[in-house]
Amino acid sequence: MEQSTLITIDNLVKRFPVGKGEFTALNGINLTINLGEFTGIVGPSGSGKTTLLNIIGSLDNATEGDAVVMGESTSNLSLKSAAKLRRKHLGFIFQTYNLLPVYTVFENVEFPLLLLNMSGSERKKAVMDALEWVGITDKVKSRPAQLSGGECQRVAIARAMVKKPVIVLADEPTANLDAANSHNILKMMVKLNQELKTTFIFATHDDKVIKYLKRKISLEDGKVVKDEFTKVKGE
Amino acid sequence: MLAIKLAYRNLVGAGLRTWLNVIVLAFVLFMIIWHYGILDGWNEQANRDMQAWEVGNGQYWQENYDPYDFFTLEDSHAKIPEVLQKASSDGIVTPILISQASVYPDGRIQSMLLKGIDPEQKVIAIPGAELNIESEAMPAGRQEISAIIGKRMAKNCKLKEGDITTIRWRDVNGTFDALEVKIVAIFDCNVPSIDGGQMYININTLQEMMQAPNEATLFVIDEDYEMSEDISGWVYKEFDFLMTEMNEMMKMKKVGGSVLYFILMLLAMLAIFDTQVLSIFRRQKEIGTYIAMGMTRRQVVSLFTVEGAMHAILAVAVVSTLGTGFLLWLQSIGFTMPAGTDDMGIAIAETIYPVYGAGLIIGTSLLVFVITLIVSYLPARKISKMKPTDAIKGKIQ
Ligand SMILES: Nc1ncnc2c1ncn2[C@@H]1O[C@H](COP(=O)(O)OP(=O)(O)OP(=O)(O)O)[C@@H](O)[C@H]1O
Ligand SMILES: [Mg+2]
Repeated sequence: MEQSTLITIDNLVKRFPVGKGEFTALNGINLTINLGEFTGIVGPSGSGKTTLLNIIGSLDNATEGDAVVMGESTSNLSLKSAAKLRRKHLGFIFQTYNLLPVYTVFENVEFPLLLLNMSGSERKKAVMDALEWVGITDKVKSRPAQLSGGECQRVAIARAMVKKPVIVLADEPTANLDAANSHNILKMMVKLNQELKTTFIFATHDDKVIKYLKRKISLEDGKVVKDEFTKVKGE
Repeated sequence: MLAIKLAYRNLVGAGLRTWLNVIVLAFVLFMIIWHYGILDGWNEQANRDMQAWEVGNGQYWQENYDPYDFFTLEDSHAKIPEVLQKASSDGIVTPILISQASVYPDGRIQSMLLKGIDPEQKVIAIPGAELNIESEAMPAGRQEISAIIGKRMAKNCKLKEGDITTIRWRDVNGTFDALEVKIVAIFDCNVPSIDGGQMYININTLQEMMQAPNEATLFVIDEDYEMSEDISGWVYKEFDFLMTEMNEMMKMKKVGGSVLYFILMLLAMLAIFDTQVLSIFRRQKEIGTYIAMGMTRRQVVSLFTVEGAMHAILAVAVVSTLGTGFLLWLQSIGFTMPAGTDDMGIAIAETIYPVYGAGLIIGTSLLVFVITLIVSYLPARKISKMKPTDAIKGKIQ
């Protein structure tokens, strides 16, 4: 299969101001990520995984270098264009779920579609489909506070997936889940990756996730120290 | 449209806090409408009463007449001009002769205005019919003359119907004279300047007492009267001029009232502002999530602004569903003025029927809405300064 480049990261440096000085969180990252990859950025705490994901998601800016996402240079993107990129093509899954507490499960998943001005009937269908993927169709009317951690995470995945984005950025998606739940969710993501060709990029240090990755980019102190493709069982 | 939909969801989701704010706002809105409705009702009633009892459709004043200068009263009457004489017998104007006098209730001395009116007149509401016995002017040999007074005057002087009291006045030559008067009727009137310190007798009697035959101080004109040429020696005072003082007083009352409403409004706005500021801190994570999902900063700011402003819309809805019936009911039973309001110098009835006009209600609602919009926008603007990566983590800045 021909590989098409989705993300190009070029000499990316990110420094944070700390006190009077600066802290270098990412120090010269060069990476290419193709369409349909199931990739993980792994590494110890503080190695810069979240920072890198944020820059790819245009939630943060590079200090030097650039991350080109779907042809858009995130360094030169206006706030408005960045919002458009996220709205149309990116889905986020956060470690802390970040569900909207006052909305029902349905409304949470519906939210990205509202931003895309989709019609009511289209939205309904898409939301039910997404809830089906994550197997949570029986809790449509519940609010996040009434759900277990695993259920919340599945709703968050449905929300990230509902608009069938090109890229899903998942930061520690299993950090609050037990082993069984983690495996279920990972299997589901693999399925979505195969069926919808969605590109998944994880930031994780969880072995349960790492097992499923087809590519493992190891970060240490803001540098890529290893970048390996693994053959996953059954392929 | 999206902002409205989301704002509505968020408000309903926020539950109690939303309703507390809405109730405070609705209360303020209701108080303002309620109070101004009473003032408007009072204003209308006072206007009506003043027109009916005192001002008519305008007046002619003898050129020296100055209602604020009692010392010139003696020189402020003149022969009734022919035009007015004729209009007077047609019943479309009525003459009033005014003299300064004193009354001696219970041996006390109290100065007052003695006014001669035509017992037959229908131009103003003062009920002169009881004075009709006097149509023959002062009958020789009679001990007392008939007089009518208003209830305030009666209360002040402790006079009842049928009481006889002494009055003193000065005739044209400046000599003091005294006479007994009998109170034949006490009338009920809301206009203080018609009631307090005034006594009414037959104009013919007063003319005779003052040795000013066929003279008058002023004329009250009726709506049927048509202004023709100027009448020399008499000055025309139009309706609006005669009402100025009252209108000024009403304005003052409204300004006085608005200080209270300013304070109430301020409290309500503080509540909204506080909610907004708090929610921007409490809901950082939510804001970060909105941004991550592709909402622009402007969309987020307008969502928060609409959320705040929606409090006002809900308050208007509450007032118009729960309040309308209540206001209509208040309008029908009227508002009983507390004792003591009587002495404020403005015509005031014991019961005022408030007027809740569309202008008052829509105007007040719009005002509350616009102010809420502003206090909602100001804190919402802060959102645009928040870093999305910090917001997502919910860091307190
Ligand atoms: N806003 C910030 N200001 C200052 N320093 C920051 C900021 N964000 C991150 N850092 C620093 O950058 C480094 C990398 O942070 P990052 O969150 O990317 O780590 P991570 O690999 O995701 O770690 P973890 O596995 O614990 O989530 C850390 O040392 C962190 O302290
Ligand atoms: Mg992290």
